[in-house]
Amino acid sequence: MVDTKTASGQPERLQLLRVLGPAHIWALGVGIVLVGEYMGWNFAVGKGGMIAGLIACWVAGLLYTCVAMIDSEVTSTVAAAGGQYAQAKHIVGPLMAFNVGLFLVMAYTMLEAANAITIGFLLDTVAGMQGHSGLHQQPFIVLCVMFLAWLNYRGVLATLTFNLVITAIAFMAIIALFLSVQFGVSSVPLDFSAVTTDPMPYGWIGILASLHFGLWYYLGIEGTCQAAEEVRSPARSLPYGTMAGIMTLLIAATMTWYVCSGLIPWEYLGQAGTPLFDAARVTGNRGLMVLLFIGTMFSTLASANGCINDASRAWFSMGRDRYLPIWFGAVHPVYRTPYRSIIFLVPIALIFALGAPLDQVVTFSILSGLLGYTFMTFNMVMFRKKWPLDTIKRGYVHPMHPLPTIVLLILCATAYVAVFLGYGTQLIAMVSFYIIASLWFHFRRYRFVRRGDQFTMPWPRPEGY
Amino acid sequence: MAYKPPKQSFAGQIFDVITLLVLTVGALYLPLYLGLAGAAKTPAPIANPTWEALGQNATEQQQWAALGVTDPAAANDIITARFDYSFSWMALVVMAILVIGYFVLVVRLSDKEYRDVIAERFGVKKR
Repeated sequence: MVDTKTASGQPERLQLLRVLGPAHIWALGVGIVLVGEYMGWNFAVGKGGMIAGLIACWVAGLLYTCVAMIDSEVTSTVAAAGGQYAQAKHIVGPLMAFNVGLFLVMAYTMLEAANAITIGFLLDTVAGMQGHSGLHQQPFIVLCVMFLAWLNYRGVLATLTFNLVITAIAFMAIIALFLSVQFGVSSVPLDFSAVTTDPMPYGWIGILASLHFGLWYYLGIEGTCQAAEEVRSPARSLPYGTMAGIMTLLIAATMTWYVCSGLIPWEYLGQAGTPLFDAARVTGNRGLMVLLFIGTMFSTLASANGCINDASRAWFSMGRDRYLPIWFGAVHPVYRTPYRSIIFLVPIALIFALGAPLDQVVTFSILSGLLGYTFMTFNMVMFRKKWPLDTIKRGYVHPMHPLPTIVLLILCATAYVAVFLGYGTQLIAMVSFYIIASLWFHFRRYRFVRRGDQFTMPWPRPEGY
Repeated sequence: MAYKPPKQSFAGQIFDVITLLVLTVGALYLPLYLGLAGAAKTPAPIANPTWEALGQNATEQQQWAALGVTDPAAANDIITARFDYSFSWMALVVMAILVIGYFVLVVRLSDKEYRDVIAERFGVKKR
C-alpha cells in the first residue's frame, strides 16, 4: 500500500498498489478453483452417472461464462476491493451487501472446511496403502486449519505467492496424468463401457440433479474481482484474466472427467473423496501416484489458504463498515492483517470440517455461491437501469445484454432444483439462515451503519432515486 | 443532516458476535448433527454378490482391485446405493417460494436503506 498526501498536506486514505496484470487475475481465479478438479465434482457422477457428470461440467461452464461476462462489466466499473460486496453496496443497498458478504464468507469457509476434510481423508487413504489403516483424521484437519490460519495471521504476501507456485504444480499434475494415460502408462485400460451399458442410471432427472455438483468445477472463479483495486488496467485485465481462467478450467475439467471416468467405475467415482488420486492409483504407476498425491495436497492447501484470505477480508470489510461489530474491523498493528476476523472464522470452519460429511459441506459452499450468482442477475439489470451506458464510463461492456443475464437466471433456477433433488433440507436450512440473518441486520444492526459512507464511487445520482 | 449512528458498547458487540455464532451453527450445523439433513444414498445390497451380478465387467474388476477392493461383497453397498429422487411438487413449490421470497425481502428492505444512503450522499431530491 502507499500513503500519499494531498495538496493541503493531509494524508489521504491508504491505497492498494495497482501492480497486477491479466496473468495474475488468471492465476488468482484458477488458484482458488483448481481444487474443484481434485475433489467434489465427482459427486455429480454419483447423482446422475457418467454422462450426467460431463453434461453438468459443460452446463456449469456455460453458467460461469455468463457469470464472468456480467461480473467483468460491473467489476471493471466498481473497481473497489471487496468485489461483489462493494457492487451490492453501490447498486442494490446495504442489506443486499450484507447478504453478499455472508455469501462470500460462507462459500469460502465451507470450501476451506471441505479442503481440510479432503486432506484428512487423503492422509488416511495413503496410510492405509502403507499398512497403517485407521488413521485418526481429526488431528490433521485441526492442524491444517490452524496452520493456515496462523500463516494468514502473520501476513499474506509470501503465502499467496507460494500459492501460485503450488497451484501451477497441481495443474501440471492433471495434464501429466492425462498425457500419461493417453500414452499407455496405465496398467489398467480406460473403460467407458458404462457410457453405453448404463448411460443414465437415473434417467433425465439424474442429469438435472448432477448440475448441483457440476458447479464445483468452477466455484470461486468470481473471486478474481476481489483484486479489482490492485489491477493496473481493470478494463483489460479483469475480463481477459477471468475469461482465460474459465477456458482453462473448462479444459482441465473435461480432462479430469475423461481420465477419472475411464479409470474408475462410476459407482466408486460418485462417492470418492480424492478422485484424481484414485485414478492415479488405478494406473499402478508409483510416480503418478506420488505426483497426484502432491497435486491433491497442494491444490487443497492453496485453496484453503486462499479461502481463509478471502473469507476473513470479507468479514473484516463488513466489520469496518459496521455491518458487523466494529471489533472485527481491526488490523493487526504489526502484521497488518485482519487478525480478529481470521481467528473468529477458525472455529466455524473446524465445526464443519470435524462434524459434517464432505458432500454436505460442499453443498453449503455451492449454495452460498449459487445465491451469489442469482444476485448477479438482478444486480446487472439494476446497474444498467440506474446508470445507463452513456452516464458513467465502464471499463468493459459485456455484449448481448440481457441475454447472458437471462441465461444465468435460468441456469441458477435449474441449479436450485438440482440441489433440491437429494439435498432439499440443506437448501431450506441455508435460505432460512440468510432470512434470519437479514432480519437481524435490518432491524438491529443497520442502526450502527453510517449511511453516506456506503456510497463512495464518483458517479452521478442513480436514475429513479 | 448526516445520520449519526449510536456507539455500540463492548457488551453489545459481544452479544452480536455470539448471536452470529449461534445463528450459523444452529441453522446449518444442527440439522446435520441431528440427522435431519437428507441426501442419503440408500444401498440396496444384493444377496450373494459376485462382480458379474453387480454388473462389473473384467476391466472394471481390475479397477476395483487397483482401488483395494477385491471382494465384491465389500463393493456391494457402494455399487447398489442410489439417491431417491421422488419428491412432492408441493415441497418444490415451497422451496421456490422460499428462495424467491428471500430475494424479494432482501431487495425491498435494501431499497429502503439505499434511499437513505442516496439522500445523504446526494441530498434530498427536489420534486
